[in-house]
Amino acid sequence: MPELNLTSAPAHLRHGSNIGQPLTRRDGVLKVKGQATYAADNHPPGMLFAVMAVSSIARGRVTSLDIAAAKRHPGVVDVMTPDHKPPLAVDPEVKTNPFVFRMEVLQSNEVRYANQPIAVVIAETLEAATEGAVLLAPRYEALPALVGLDAGESYVPPVVGVGNPTENHRGDVEAGLASAEKQIDATYETPPQYHNAMEPHAIVAHWDGDHLSIDMPTQGLMLSLARIAELFGIAHDKIHIRSPFLGGGFGSKGLMAGPPTLGIMAAKLVGKPVKLVLRREQMFGPVGHRAPTRQRLRIGADGEGRLTAIDHHARTVSSTFDDFYEPAADASHTLYAAPAIRTSHDAVRVNTGTPLFMRAPGEATGSLALESAIDEMAWACGLDPLAFRLKNYAEVEPITGRPFSSKALRACYEQGAARFGWAQRVREPRQMRDDAGLLVGWGMGTATFPALMFQAEARAVIRRDGSGAMEIGAHDMGQGAWTALAQIAADAVGLDIDRVDFKAGTSDLPDAGIAGGSAHTATAGAAIHSAGAAVIAKLADLATGDERSPLFGAGNAGVIARDGKLIRRDDASRSESYADILSRAGLVEVEARGTGAPNPAAMQDYAMHAHGAVFAEVKVDPELGQVRVARMVGAFAAGRIVNPHLVRSQLYGGMIWGLSFALHEEAITDRRSGRIMNANLAEYHIPVNADVPPLDVITVEEHDPHVNALGIKGVGEIGITGSAGAVANAVWHATGVRVRRFPIKIEELLTDL
Amino acid sequence: MKQFEYVRPASVAEAVAAAARPGAAYLAAGTNLLDLMKGGVSRPDRLVDITHLDGLDRIERLADGSLRIGALVSNADLAHDAEFARCYPAVAEALLSGASAQLRNAATVGGNLLQRTRCAYFYDTASRCNKREAGSGCDARGGENRTHAVLGWSESCIATHPSDFCVPLVALDAIVEIEGRAGRREIALDDLHRLPGETPARETALEPGDLIVAVRLPPAAREFAAHARYLKVRERTSYAFAVVSAAAALRIENGRIRDVRLALGGVAARPWRARAAEDLLKGATPAKDVFREAARRALADAKPSGDNAFKIELARRIVVRALTLAAAGTPARIPALPASPLASTSGAIHA
Ligand SMILES: Cc1cc2nc3c(=O)[nH]c(=O)nc-3n(C[C@H](O)[C@H](O)[C@H](O)COP(=O)(O)OP(=O)(O)OC[C@H]3O[C@@H](n4cnc5c(N)ncnc54)[C@H](O)[C@@H]3O)c2cc1C
Ligand code: SF4
Repeated sequence: MPELNLTSAPAHLRHGSNIGQPLTRRDGVLKVKGQATYAADNHPPGMLFAVMAVSSIARGRVTSLDIAAAKRHPGVVDVMTPDHKPPLAVDPEVKTNPFVFRMEVLQSNEVRYANQPIAVVIAETLEAATEGAVLLAPRYEALPALVGLDAGESYVPPVVGVGNPTENHRGDVEAGLASAEKQIDATYETPPQYHNAMEPHAIVAHWDGDHLSIDMPTQGLMLSLARIAELFGIAHDKIHIRSPFLGGGFGSKGLMAGPPTLGIMAAKLVGKPVKLVLRREQMFGPVGHRAPTRQRLRIGADGEGRLTAIDHHARTVSSTFDDFYEPAADASHTLYAAPAIRTSHDAVRVNTGTPLFMRAPGEATGSLALESAIDEMAWACGLDPLAFRLKNYAEVEPITGRPFSSKALRACYEQGAARFGWAQRVREPRQMRDDAGLLVGWGMGTATFPALMFQAEARAVIRRDGSGAMEIGAHDMGQGAWTALAQIAADAVGLDIDRVDFKAGTSDLPDAGIAGGSAHTATAGAAIHSAGAAVIAKLADLATGDERSPLFGAGNAGVIARDGKLIRRDDASRSESYADILSRAGLVEVEARGTGAPNPAAMQDYAMHAHGAVFAEVKVDPELGQVRVARMVGAFAAGRIVNPHLVRSQLYGGMIWGLSFALHEEAITDRRSGRIMNANLAEYHIPVNADVPPLDVITVEEHDPHVNALGIKGVGEIGITGSAGAVANAVWHATGVRVRRFPIKIEELLTDL
Repeated sequence: MKQFEYVRPASVAEAVAAAARPGAAYLAAGTNLLDLMKGGVSRPDRLVDITHLDGLDRIERLADGSLRIGALVSNADLAHDAEFARCYPAVAEALLSGASAQLRNAATVGGNLLQRTRCAYFYDTASRCNKREAGSGCDARGGENRTHAVLGWSESCIATHPSDFCVPLVALDAIVEIEGRAGRREIALDDLHRLPGETPARETALEPGDLIVAVRLPPAAREFAAHARYLKVRERTSYAFAVVSAAAALRIENGRIRDVRLALGGVAARPWRARAAEDLLKGATPAKDVFREAARRALADAKPSGDNAFKIELARRIVVRALTLAAAGTPARIPALPASPLASTSGAIHA
C-alpha cells in the first residue's frame, strides 16, 4: 500500500487535549484530489477482470450456461462455474459461528434469489468479461418465487438481531390495555431497503504461492480474514488485507460476503491477480439488505395520558436458507415508561438474499413505527406530542428496570424544542399554511441507540526521537476514523497529533473488531487509550526508577504525559522528555498493547443508550400531495464527543437517512418474479440535495462514567431513529392524513378537495 | 460489452447512409442509449456518432419569427439561452426540471425527443416486453405499474414517454425536421411518437436512417410567453421523472383566453396534447371552474392500466394548477426549483 500522507491538522485547532477538537478530516485532501486509493483503484501487474453473471430467477435451478460462447469471446480467459472452480476448505453452507452467513459461491446450481451469482467470467478487460457474462445466456428451471410479508406460513425465529430474544415482556400487557382509557391499535409497514454505499463491493485478490494479498473494503478486517482463512484453508498470517478507505458500508461490508469470495476463487483459478467489482444492480441481492417489516402496535394510556401498556409485534422476513431477523419490536424496550411492555416477532421465508444489519437494524424500522404510534397516542390523549413524551419519560429502562448509565434525553427535548420553536405548534393537524398556501406540519420523534462495546486491541510505541506510533486495524468507512482515532491516540501517548504515526486499515495490525453497532470509536478508542496508558507506564517505570532522571522516585506520586514529556503529578516543574528517557535507557523505543472491551459488571448494572430528539417541519402541496421537508433540528446526547465536526456529519447523515426512510427509499419487488425492479440509483430513490433542508444538530453535553473509560457512546446510527418518525408525524400534522405504509407516497396524500 | 462498430460520419448525408442499415443506431450524448446498451436492452451492431456533425448545434431565429433548434444543442445550453427562456418560458422550465445538471449538460435536443420509456420491465431483460421484443408479452400488466400510462395505452403496452421537454413543445406545435434517405421532410412533433396499439415496438414515425436535424417552434409559439408554465409532480424534489406533468400556455386578451395550449406528460406513450380541453377554454374567462371542467375533459378518456388510478385524479389537479399558474402570469425568473409545486419552499437554492 502506498504511504498515506494524511493532511496535518491546522496548528491553531490544538489546545492541549486533542479529544473534543473539531479537526477536519486528515484524509480529506487525499479524497478531494482523488488520491485516496479505494480497493478497486488497485491494478497489480497482470491483473484480470472478473464479472459475475447473476440469476434472473428468484428460485429454481440453473440448467445450462453457454460457456463455449463466453469463452469464444475475444479476451475471455476462463469461466468459473459450479463445475469448474477451485475447491474450498470448508463447506460455505456450514455456519461455524453466528457471524458466519451462508453465501453463494458456485457450490451448486440451485438459485435462491434474484441476482444470485451463478458464474464468474474472467477476462483481460472489463468489457470482455461483461460481455462474456451476457453470452452465458443461462437457462433455468424456475419455481414460483416466495415474495413479500405474506409469502408463506409464519414462524417464530429463535432469536432476532444478534442473539436478542424473540419475545420480551414486563408486566401484564393485556391487563394494561384493558384498563386503558385510550387505546390505539395500528399497523405500519416498512419496505425492503438496500445499503447502496457509493462504493460498490469490490476486491482485488492476488495469490502468490499460498500467500493471499487482498484489497477490499471491509468494516471487519479480522472477521473477514478469519473467514477467508477458513474458506481457503490457509493460515491467518498468509493473508494480508488492505482496507484504508471505504466508500461507505452501512453494515453491508461487515462480514465476508459471496462476491469478494468469488474474486479470491477466481484469482486462484486463473493464477493471476483478479479484480471483481459489483455492478450497482448486483448490490441488490448477495450483499445484504434491510428486510421489510409489518408492525402492529397496541398502546394504552390512562385518562391523564400516562401509558398503561405497549404491545409491539413485528413481522419480518428472512431468506429461504439463512437467518437474520430485523429486531424491529425491540425499539419499544427503552424509551417510554409503560408499566407493561411486550415485544414479539415472527417471520416468513422469501426468495431474497439474506437480510443483514443495515444502519440501525431494528432501531430504524422499529422507531418509525413506535414514534408514529406514540404520536397517534398523544393525539388520542389530547396532548402535545412532546408533553406526552415527557409525561412518559423513562427514568429507568422500562423493559429491565435498570438505571441508565447516563441519559440526557430531557435536555435533548428541551434544547431541540427551543431551537425549533416547538412551543408555537398548533395541536390540531392541517391548521398551518405558508405564504404560498402549502400545508405546513411539525412533527417530532425520539431517537435512541444502544451504546455498545466490542473487543479491540491496539499497540502503542514511543520512539527515541520523541515521536510515537499507534497501530490498530481500524476502519474508516467515511465516518472519520483516520482523524478521530488519531486524536484519541495523540492524547493517549501525550503527543501532538502530528508526532503520532497513526496506522490503521490493514489486517497485519492489532484486531480492532468491527466498525459496526456504532461502537467503533468507543471500542477502538478504548483500546488505543489503554495501549497509550500502558506504554506511558513503561516509560514512567524507566524514568522513576532511574536516579539520573528528574522524575526519580516519583513512582508513588505518579506522572502525567503531555507534550512529549512526563511530568510529576505533584510538581509540574519536574519533567523529562520521552526522548531523554529513552536515550538514557539506551532504548530505540518502548511499546505496549492495550485492549478495549465491554465491562460486563457495568452492563449488568446499567442500561446504556444514546438518546436524541428530532423535530421536523414539512410542507405539503394540499392538492398535489408532493412533500418536502423544510427544516429539521436534532438534539443528541451521546456521551463524550471526540470530534464535533465528524460527529455532526454522522448525525446529519443519519437524519437525512431518516428523511429518506419516511419519504423515499424502497426496493420495489415484482410480486411474481421476485426481481427488484428499481435496482439502480435513478429509480431507487434517496434524497437529492434539493430534498435535504437546512439541518440543525445540537450535541447535548453528557458525561457517562460507565460506558467505557473515555465515556464515548456511538453516533453512527442514532440519527436515523427519531428522524423518520419526526418526518412522518409532520406529514400527518400538515395534512391530517396518517400514512402507515412507508415510504409515504403522493397518492396517499391526494385527499378530497 | 457486445462488440460494435463505431462510425463518425463527416456529413449528415453520410450519417443517414451509415444509419440506414439494420442494427445501426445514432449516438448523441448517449445518456440514454449507453445505459440501455450496458443493460443489454439495446444491442446495436453499429453506432453512428453524430456529435461531431457540423451545424446541428445552433439556435436560430428565422425570418418568419420561428425558432430553429439544432438537434445537437444541449438541454442545458437551450434552457440557459436567455432569449429562448424569455420567449418560451415553459419549455425552459421543463428542460430545467429534467434529470440532473450533469445530464442536462450532456443530453441533446434530438436525444431527449427520442429517449426511451422508463418502464422497469423494458429495462429488465428477463421480463417479457412487447416493446423490447415484439410479441413477447407485457410484464408491466399485473406488475409494478403505479407510474404507467392512463391514456392511449393498449393491452400490448402501458408504458409512458418520460420526456419533460416534449410536453411544452407539443403544446406549442413544435415541428421536427428530419433528414432521411429520401431527403429532408418535416412532421409535427405530435406525430413523432406513436401510441402502442398492437405494435409497441414501433415507437415513432421515423424510418431507418432518419436523423432528426432540428426542432422548430412556429411563430405563434412565442405569443404565449406571458402566460406559460410547466408543472411536474415527482417522487422527490429533483432528479426524478414526472409522475404526471402538464404544460399550460395561454394568450389572454381583455381578460379572456384568446388562445390556449395544454399538454400532459407522464400519462401516455407520447406527450399528450389535450385539444378537447383547449377548445373548451378558448374564449373563456380564466377561472377555477372552467379550469376544472377543462381538466375533466382532458382526462375524459383516461383509465387505469394497473395500480395507477391516482394518476388520473392527479393529472386533473395538475391541469387545474398549471392553468391557474399560467393565468397568473409567467414569473420574471424561472423558480429555483423549476416546475415544482414546491417552488416557493424557502431554502431552495438549486434543483
Ligand atoms: C438518471 C436519469 C434521469 C433522467 N431524468 C429525466 C427527467 O427527469 N426528465 C427527462 O425529460 N429526461 C430525463 N432523463 C433522460 C434524458 O433527458 C435523456 O437521457 C437525454 O435527453 C437523451 O439525450 P442524449 O443526447 O444523451 O441521447 P442518446 O442517449 O444519445 O440517444 C437517445 C436515443 O435517441 C436517438 N437519437 C439521438 N439523437 C438523434 C437524432 N438527432 N436523430 C435520430 N435519433 C437520435 C439515439 O439513437 C437513441 O436511440 C434522465 C436520464 C437519466 C439517465
Ligand atoms: S408496458 Fe410496454 S415497455 Fe413496459 S413491459 Fe409492457 S410492453 Fe414493455
